[in-house]
Amino acid sequence: MLATVGIMVRLPSRQPPMLVSQRTWDMFRYFVRRVLQGVLTFFGATFIVYALMFANQDDPLQALAGERPLPDNVRQVLTERYHLDEPFIFQYGHYMRGLLTGDFGISLTNRKISEMMEQAWPVTFRLAVYALIIAVLVAVTAGVVSGIRRGGPFDTVTLFITLILLSLPIVVLAPLARLLFGVQLGWFPPTSGAEPGLYQLTLPAFVLASLVVATQLRVTRASVAENLRSDYVRTARAKGLSKRRVIGVHVLRNSLIPVVTLIGLDLGGLMAGAIVTESVFNIPGVGFNLFRGIRTEDGPLVVGFVSILVIVFLVVNLIVDMLYAVLDPRIRYE
Amino acid sequence: MTDIKAEIDVLPGLDSSARLLEVEDLHVEFRTQAGVAKAINGVNLGLDPGETLAILGESGCGKSVTAQAIMGILDSPPGFVTGGEIRYRGVDLLKLSEQERRKVRANHIAMIFQDALSALNPVFSVGFQLGELFRIHRGMSRQDAKRRSIELLDMVKIPAARQRINDYPHQFSGGMRQRVMIAMALALDPRVLIADEPTTALDVTVQAQIMSLLAELQRERNMGLILITHDMGVVADVADRISVMYAGKVVEEAPVLDIYAKPAHPYTKALLESIPRLDLKGQQLNVIKGLPPNLTRIPAGCPFHPRCAYARDVCRADPPPPQYDVAAGRTARCHFWTEVVGDEPAVK
Amino acid sequence: MSNVESVAQTQAGANGGAGDERAEKPRSLAGDAWQDLRRNWIFWAALVLVVLVVTMAAFPSLFTSADPRLCQLSRQHAGPSGSAIFGYNFQGCDVYARTIYGARNSVLIGLTATIISGIIGLVIGMAAGYFGGWVDAVLARGIDIVLGIPTLLGAIVLARRLTSDPESSGFWAVALTLGVLTWTTAARIMRSSVISAKQQDYVAAARMLGAGHARLMIRHILPNAAAPFVVVLTILLGINIATEATLTFLGVGLRGNAISWGIDIAVASPFVRETATPLVWPSVFLAATVLAFIMLGDAVRDAFDPRLR
Repeated sequence: MLATVGIMVRLPSRQPPMLVSQRTWDMFRYFVRRVLQGVLTFFGATFIVYALMFANQDDPLQALAGERPLPDNVRQVLTERYHLDEPFIFQYGHYMRGLLTGDFGISLTNRKISEMMEQAWPVTFRLAVYALIIAVLVAVTAGVVSGIRRGGPFDTVTLFITLILLSLPIVVLAPLARLLFGVQLGWFPPTSGAEPGLYQLTLPAFVLASLVVATQLRVTRASVAENLRSDYVRTARAKGLSKRRVIGVHVLRNSLIPVVTLIGLDLGGLMAGAIVTESVFNIPGVGFNLFRGIRTEDGPLVVGFVSILVIVFLVVNLIVDMLYAVLDPRIRYE
Repeated sequence: MTDIKAEIDVLPGLDSSARLLEVEDLHVEFRTQAGVAKAINGVNLGLDPGETLAILGESGCGKSVTAQAIMGILDSPPGFVTGGEIRYRGVDLLKLSEQERRKVRANHIAMIFQDALSALNPVFSVGFQLGELFRIHRGMSRQDAKRRSIELLDMVKIPAARQRINDYPHQFSGGMRQRVMIAMALALDPRVLIADEPTTALDVTVQAQIMSLLAELQRERNMGLILITHDMGVVADVADRISVMYAGKVVEEAPVLDIYAKPAHPYTKALLESIPRLDLKGQQLNVIKGLPPNLTRIPAGCPFHPRCAYARDVCRADPPPPQYDVAAGRTARCHFWTEVVGDEPAVK
Repeated sequence: MSNVESVAQTQAGANGGAGDERAEKPRSLAGDAWQDLRRNWIFWAALVLVVLVVTMAAFPSLFTSADPRLCQLSRQHAGPSGSAIFGYNFQGCDVYARTIYGARNSVLIGLTATIISGIIGLVIGMAAGYFGGWVDAVLARGIDIVLGIPTLLGAIVLARRLTSDPESSGFWAVALTLGVLTWTTAARIMRSSVISAKQQDYVAAARMLGAGHARLMIRHILPNAAAPFVVVLTILLGINIATEATLTFLGVGLRGNAISWGIDIAVASPFVRETATPLVWPSVFLAATVLAFIMLGDAVRDAFDPRLR
């Protein structure tokens, strides 16, 4: 694997230095290895995003501006700003340098993208964390119960509900939920307003959570069911441990491992869902801005925001992988 | 160092003059979609302190099920104990509540399993899994539990115990892992140890080491050992008595030397004759023809009759053969055991 | 091995042996799976739905004689009348007719995208699994990179890029976008199936008989690696249909004159307070279609999973 990176990088040796425990050192080596992998993925993904927008275009400026006509003086300014008179690979270089120094460019509405991101970020972050907490709580508890009593009534009903949730596209669920719970029943405000608090974010958070709760529940259920049949469960019972401890400590720890890795991937789905959810509920977050950028054909905005989101996705996945290594010691020694 | 073993030991009705372990007329069945499988049909066993009883038989004969029934860790459903008594020092375990039975496990009767890699929890360190016993059953602090765990690893002769205590199961070799399992089982000083095929997954040389470790620990503690295996070679060195099981019944029970010299049941005889021997190289291997019966449809009469060379009409009809007394301390469930004992073995 | 399994094994062994008059067929995984599927009402329900939707897509005239493009503003938001059982939408179009005809675009795009996805996934997964070594390492990194771009985000960027002609409906742009971004799961499944199939004895035997790489891959390994791959594709079909609707809703999918559920939902959303039916009916059809494909794939996968016995 390291050979494909093309760099002669050597992992730190297996022997820990003085005063560092073997365990900590193993985790550190694993971390280094993952970061090296992540670096490659990072460059590859951002390159693809960039290339998708700008490579080989006859008139990239017109593409940036969409269908609006472009006067010559504006064209001149933009050409300089985006280094369009230079070869493509240099353009990419400028873009990357910008990314790495936090300069994400300027939107067609003449606002700094990094500023727009700073403003929009907190709301979306709160919404996403809220949604994730709801999803994990529901999915893990229901998943464990379903896994223990597979085929029982709770399990059948839960599976059915998750199936429905899995297949309801967010474009169906968000407007319908808003219609039912916001407009008709009036339980939650249909629009969240400028500084949404927990109450205003509840309905959108539930809608967003529904995107990921179905797969998380199914994975938990399958994992619990499989682990309950493991040999170590029999050993734990033979040790005279209570059923609560056997399931709550031994089985759960093993069962949660695939769920944790799933959470990292789920973040991608959450980001995508946030675009629709925020626009349906009028939440002034990242997704809302991105949606507006798409609608107004603001190329730099779209590319900037998407790049940032990709970076966030990769970083979160790195964290999730580290968490995975903490939970499953077998991984650290590959 | 806290040690409240004295309180834990008080199980109501324990009688130190009664036999250490006694299984009487045990019946276990499995209710599955394909029918009710009668896994155990009237098994009788007995064990004294310091004694090693080997339970021998093919896969599916019910040996592991018996062990699990004694421990009370049958998968239930679909497994159910439908009759009999399991008396530990006079107390019928089957009549105890689940909470009381939990106290018996690991404290009085412990068990080790075949494949230590899957039998140990992969995500917890060995120290955690050992220490758990002390913390839960004895209320010890983490420190004390850890210290005792290191002592345990020393006891089973794992080198560098202090460093290894934090390692995970997959970081040990097969033999080492089995030693960890033994340490875990003996942590709370039980009176009975059940070993379910402890060496089947190991190399031959490691097998010998593990068996000798078990023997040594048993001697030191005057513990009763039940050894479950299908490998007659392992048994000869270690066991005092052997119970041979077939289709959920004990078909022969005898001291080890007597069984090897003169088996009293056709099944035992066939098993002995099927052991490949180096001095008979070049000749055809003896196999027992046929297959073990479908436990949902056990044949009437003696369950072995379809595969038995001595079978006659009386064997094919109910009632099945009772336990005949062959000699002091020997029984056999065969109408024609005298013939079996009298016959010369097919191969010397 | 658990008790039940060893008991079951003894039964299975004994069935062919002593004392059984009835000759029982040897059990295979496919045979067992079919037995399970036959009794699973979810499988049948999903199958019926899928057939229904596909028929709707292929022969819409079987379901309605109305013309979905015949829109009269005078009938804006009118209620049901005559054959227009779902009423009329904002533009005065027959909602029922549009919903029926909308099936074609959704199903076709989903199908096309999934086929593209399947081909890419097959090639990459097979190559990575079969050749191993540095080929696998490189391809695995490629998979990681594509995985690093969340599907919807990548689709937003790519679909815009591909629809240069404002007149076109964007069918191929969307289909290609989805195909190019969603092949990763299929590739991973194929890769692991190929790796385990590769180690089987019959592959070694074929190689010793002189079979070349291509022959080994196609005739020997592929048939055995195909089942989970196809299941993943079935589920992917449902997901792609949903994603297309999302893209269209956001404005980067199908556009213009195309008839699609996504467009109908997007158009009807702002007017939901006046009349909900132009929103509700395409939503229901979309959800039911996606549900049907996912349920089908799910049922088949569960039936083939030996660990769930």
